[in-house]
Amino acid sequence: VSENTATSAAIGVPPAPTGRSLRAERLLDVAIRSIVPVLLALVAGGILLLALGRNPLTFYGNIWTGGIANGSWQDSAIRMAPFLLIAAGLTLIFRANIWNLGYNGQFLLGAALVSGYAPSLLTAVPEWLAFTLLFLLAGSVGAAWTLVPAVLKAWYGTNEIITTLMMSFIGIDVASLLIKGPFHDPTTPLPQTAVIPLDKMLPSIPGTRIHIGLLVAFAMILVVHYMLTRTSWGLRLQIMGANPRAARHFGINLPRLIVTSFLASGFLIGLAATADIVGLWGYIRTGWNPAYGDTIIPFVFLARLNALAVVPFVAFFSVLSTGGDLAAQQANLPTDFLYLLVGLILLFMTVIEYLGRRRELGQTYLPPGLRQALQLRKAPS
Amino acid sequence: VILASQVWTQIFWTSAVAGGVLAGVPLMFTALGEAISERAGVLNIGLEGMMLAGAYCGFLGAYYGHTQWLGYLAGIGAGILASLIMVVLCVWLGLDQIVVGIAITLAGEGITSVLYQTRFSTSEPRLGSTPSNPIPGLDRIPILGKAINGQFPLFDQPLIVYLGVAFAVLLTWTFRRTNIGLNLRAAGEKPEALDAAGVSVVATRTYAVLATGALAGLGGAYLAIAGTGGFQPFLTQGQGYMAIVIAMLARGRPISVVVFSLMFGVALSLSTLLQLAGINLAPEVVNILPFAAIILALMLFARRAYLPPALALPYVRGAR
Repeated sequence: VSENTATSAAIGVPPAPTGRSLRAERLLDVAIRSIVPVLLALVAGGILLLALGRNPLTFYGNIWTGGIANGSWQDSAIRMAPFLLIAAGLTLIFRANIWNLGYNGQFLLGAALVSGYAPSLLTAVPEWLAFTLLFLLAGSVGAAWTLVPAVLKAWYGTNEIITTLMMSFIGIDVASLLIKGPFHDPTTPLPQTAVIPLDKMLPSIPGTRIHIGLLVAFAMILVVHYMLTRTSWGLRLQIMGANPRAARHFGINLPRLIVTSFLASGFLIGLAATADIVGLWGYIRTGWNPAYGDTIIPFVFLARLNALAVVPFVAFFSVLSTGGDLAAQQANLPTDFLYLLVGLILLFMTVIEYLGRRRELGQTYLPPGLRQALQLRKAPS
Repeated sequence: VILASQVWTQIFWTSAVAGGVLAGVPLMFTALGEAISERAGVLNIGLEGMMLAGAYCGFLGAYYGHTQWLGYLAGIGAGILASLIMVVLCVWLGLDQIVVGIAITLAGEGITSVLYQTRFSTSEPRLGSTPSNPIPGLDRIPILGKAINGQFPLFDQPLIVYLGVAFAVLLTWTFRRTNIGLNLRAAGEKPEALDAAGVSVVATRTYAVLATGALAGLGGAYLAIAGTGGFQPFLTQGQGYMAIVIAMLARGRPISVVVFSLMFGVALSLSTLLQLAGINLAPEVVNILPFAAIILALMLFARRAYLPPALALPYVRGAR
């Protein structure tokens, strides 16, 4: 069989489908395509570290120390909760081929409202009810903030990249106003909300420091995966994403689908805000904008918009970002170095993806122009 | 009550015009670039990263070269370099323009912040003030022309600003009257037709994206050199995205781009203006105004917004 595959690969014909081996091959292919860009980005980042006069091995070693070793994996896991929820929200909307780039505004508005209401709500009603309400509150706010872009896109086809970005900028400022105004903690002159008492925060998973927001996140990942792969709504969403014109011919109500997918995406991003505030921070201050979504996007793509495949990538990034804080501090670099790494991953990913697609089609790795150039150069010799 | 006469003095109006122009010019350059690339069918989400690259290199050029012109040149160079990524990946290889754009923005944010903070975080050097060139005659007009309190209004600007406006006029003419302009528009409207006419879509789009990079880099450089007089990480604060909106609202018409950019510039400089007028408004409220205006405009004129049909679609010959 192996001989057979080798010859067919050599002559550029895809091997005949033979059950398990094909499946394994495809899985390997996907794994390579997902991991290679990350490795390339780490190497490129290492070269840049060298150029800056830092030791890349120390830097990456410190990421391991700060993100995994000595129980710091628990810190990474805590960070993972909002990351996963945002990834779920982005996976869902990107599958529909809609660009919800307003995640920062949706997240911060949710976070501001949760930190504003949490201290009083947690003392007024039983904790389980309060947490449920807080999750629903931030979720609804996140969803509501997508409504204008959703309706504009559904009715008039207005480019959602622009509208979500604009709404995001507005949301960030509104959140800041809320923190300074109605939710301001009167006991401090600092522009921040009242701090939730430690014993009122989200409970931990027994035996760890990790709050149960992570479980909520995993549950939502499963829900999104189920919705996308096992329901008619998910099928319609994917048809719309693949070919809106075909979807319309198919009798799918596109405007309604656009609005519902936007709302679901905003809802999940709102949940991320609740998990982060009542799970980790306990309060919010003006000017705080972690912009989680910016760095999550590449990993959503690396996972090929598959909700389950997102989990290992987000886990990797959680370690990278938790350990990266320590590594950057030790190397006397700003943590913005991570933005560079993530941008590089994204760039390498698109290239690897392109090469993989060409190979799948039985073509060479080289684009036609480059191939011609190489052949021209070879010709004299 | 606040509308007392002493507020609405000449100084106030002069700073209104001056602040608007100062904040609007980076937007103008960048949005002119985006107008070119949008017309040619390439949606450039990476403008923010290109602006930052231009701002950092422009700052370096002006700081070490001791003249604003070296700064602008360095900014243009950095913008072109950043846009080369987009040319190779999006125009030549046909990869997703939005993904690559996001990547350029992230990498641009990261690398400029890291480079600046490793080299200048302790010194935080400032650049000297930019010399301006008053237009003889027009600079006597109060409010629009006469500089007061070191504020330079419409007719007393650095030379590069006049060049930018002249470029917008030239661009309008290019779009309307020349073959280059026709090719550019065809590349965005119906690339197949351009290809059938024997003109390379890839080459046309390549030039368009390089021009966009150059202009975004110049916009960033102007922001650093004349706008803030130095570089800071994340200096652009979403202006790259704002430029995309301006190009869209202006439907790719260069003169409209200039007008919209100056209007947005006034909106951006509104917070200092209101302080001058003695109106105490939270800066957040003021910051929201330009974005809210865009959303409102989009809601009211959504039906009139127009984008080239081939925008953000890679061109592959023979593909359907």
